[in-house]
Amino acid sequence: MNIRILLVDDEESFVDTLAERLRNRDFHVTTALNGEDALEKVKEYNFDVVVIDVLMPGLSGVEVLREMKKIKPLTEAIMLTGHATVETAIEGMKLGAYDYLMKPCDIDVLVEKINKTYERKAGQDERIRNALAERLSTSPMSVLEE
Amino acid sequence: MKAKPDKDHRYYRALMRKIVVLMICISIIPFVSIGGVTIYYYTQSSKDNTIVYLESIVNKHKIYIDNFLNEKLADIQTLSDSLTIEELLDDSLLQKRLEILQKRYRDFVDLGIVDKRGYQQAYAGPFKLEDARYSDSDWFRKAMKQDFFVSDVFLGLRGLPHFIIAINKRDDEGKVWIIRSTIDIERFTSLVENITIGKTGHAFILNRNGDFQTKPRFRRGENFPSVNEFINKLSSSTEVSIIENKKKSGQRVIYAISYLKDEKWLLVCQQDSADAFSSLYYVRRLVVLISFVSFFSVLIISFFLAKRLVGRMETADLERAKMHEQVIETGKLASIGELAAGIAHEVNNPVAIMVEEAGWIEDLLEEEEFHKSDNLDEFKRALKQVRAQGARCKQITHKLLSFARKTHSQLSDLQLNELIEEVVGLCQRTARYSNIKIETELHSCLPAITASPSEIQQVLLNLVNNAIDAIGKKGGTVKISTGMDNRCAVIDVSDTGCGIHEAYVQRIFDPFFTTKPVGKGTGLGLSICYGIIDKMGGSISVNSAVGKGTTFHVQIPISQRENKV
Repeated sequence: MNIRILLVDDEESFVDTLAERLRNRDFHVTTALNGEDALEKVKEYNFDVVVIDVLMPGLSGVEVLREMKKIKPLTEAIMLTGHATVETAIEGMKLGAYDYLMKPCDIDVLVEKINKTYERKAGQDERIRNALAERLSTSPMSVLEE
Repeated sequence: MKAKPDKDHRYYRALMRKIVVLMICISIIPFVSIGGVTIYYYTQSSKDNTIVYLESIVNKHKIYIDNFLNEKLADIQTLSDSLTIEELLDDSLLQKRLEILQKRYRDFVDLGIVDKRGYQQAYAGPFKLEDARYSDSDWFRKAMKQDFFVSDVFLGLRGLPHFIIAINKRDDEGKVWIIRSTIDIERFTSLVENITIGKTGHAFILNRNGDFQTKPRFRRGENFPSVNEFINKLSSSTEVSIIENKKKSGQRVIYAISYLKDEKWLLVCQQDSADAFSSLYYVRRLVVLISFVSFFSVLIISFFLAKRLVGRMETADLERAKMHEQVIETGKLASIGELAAGIAHEVNNPVAIMVEEAGWIEDLLEEEEFHKSDNLDEFKRALKQVRAQGARCKQITHKLLSFARKTHSQLSDLQLNELIEEVVGLCQRTARYSNIKIETELHSCLPAITASPSEIQQVLLNLVNNAIDAIGKKGGTVKISTGMDNRCAVIDVSDTGCGIHEAYVQRIFDPFFTTKPVGKGTGLGLSICYGIIDKMGGSISVNSAVGKGTTFHVQIPISQRENKV
């Protein structure tokens, strides 16, 4: 299964190119050009990794991250930043982002970080599934409760 | 610091002059006015006192002398009234009378009776003047015309100074006789001569012709005022007048004058002003002395005060100018920093897109159809170049942003010497490549400073790399020394390189200022160093001589935490 990625950046050409290159590397990529759009898409679909630019007009990257974690706590995020906003990226990581990257970034580094992030999410999902399975096996009736 | 312009120097000197003059005026004006007024009134009252004193003395003696003369006259008058001419012509009776008179007053020398022709008819006294003739004498002629007469002092027949009291008496037959008596001039003179005031004050009597009636203590002559001068001054017989006269020698003399003997004689009391007003002059001299001493003290004190004051002002002005310069410099750097950060950020995104696009093309080139292209390698090389230049842009923008970054890095106590050794280790390879020797001269007990190690390292690396670049391939020495100066750790990095042109020295800390060829330097290294050191409350400065080398001085406060606001 391809890793589902949401790319959020206000620079359209940057997003498009990067999306294309990631698709080339067998990722399932969706793009959003602002924070609001991104949050809509997060609500609608399930993504494995969201790559968010810190500096955007409207909702900032950190705000998007905070909202996203409320909607889909299990979705992982990578902060994309210019040098001056490293501090913001660190703040993002404290809010639950997995890692950060400095623009312009090397595609290979990005891919590597996405993979690592996904691994963490996959591990998490795995553990959740196991827990669910365990619960089901101990009390099968709980299925009905959901 | 720039050489102080001559104009400034003149300004401070003018200021100092103004302050000195002002201070002198402020202290001298009240002093002079109070002193002047006091002296003026003191002089007035003192002169008045002296003059009143002189006047009183003259007055007293005038009365005394007038009394003396009147008494003598009265005595002779009594003699004349109590005896007839016949009795008077009797020598023995006359002698007896003289003795009686002499018993009371020893001033009477002799008695004589003179007939109207001027022949002395009877005589009693020590001299043998029985047959003396007075018909030609001045006094005789005057006495004949008046009831009584007191003569001026004259030498007379005997050639001795004396004066005569004469009284007219008519006998029963109506013949005029004159009773005359000689008055002892010695005793009379002593009356006047005994008047002494101070050291130089003395008295004498003049007649209206200006002849001395008593022996004065001085010889007449030297600017002695004419008797008319005295007479003109006197308006009534009872008044005492004061004349102040200047001698040729500049000495002033005061005369107190009064009439005597029905305005025929003048009693003159003379005293040198210097003596009369000695206490006044003493006070004046004292005041003048004190004034001069005070004036010079004020002069000296105000001079020194003004000098110190102006010195302080000059230092303060210099410091302010220096600070002003620094504030401008810092402000300039800060605003340039802001601008640079803004530009860097804006440039960053397009660069990111360009790099991505290049990457995308690279991705596409991987596809089969392009493998056949002859130019595939050339494409790849060009794209690699685009990526490399993108990375260079990234490096530049990141450096810019770190220059403008306001956040504080992690602070820790660190040993400068260890850090320097580390940096020297890092640079040693490059240095050897250029045949450059790096020497260190480290202060053995340098206290730890509080700073971000990575920042200090960045500064040191920048300075050492600059030094190595300045020397170039020709070889030389880079010397790093540390020391202490006034609660600051001092790092000097000097090289034997090409030096910095004087025109560039002012600008080397400006961002983007570089003398290196395009592509070799960003012009940000030193401005980043400046930013870091400035943020720590330290300072960085440069001394350079073209062709000889450059030294960078870095001062970092040791108690850095206290310096932070």
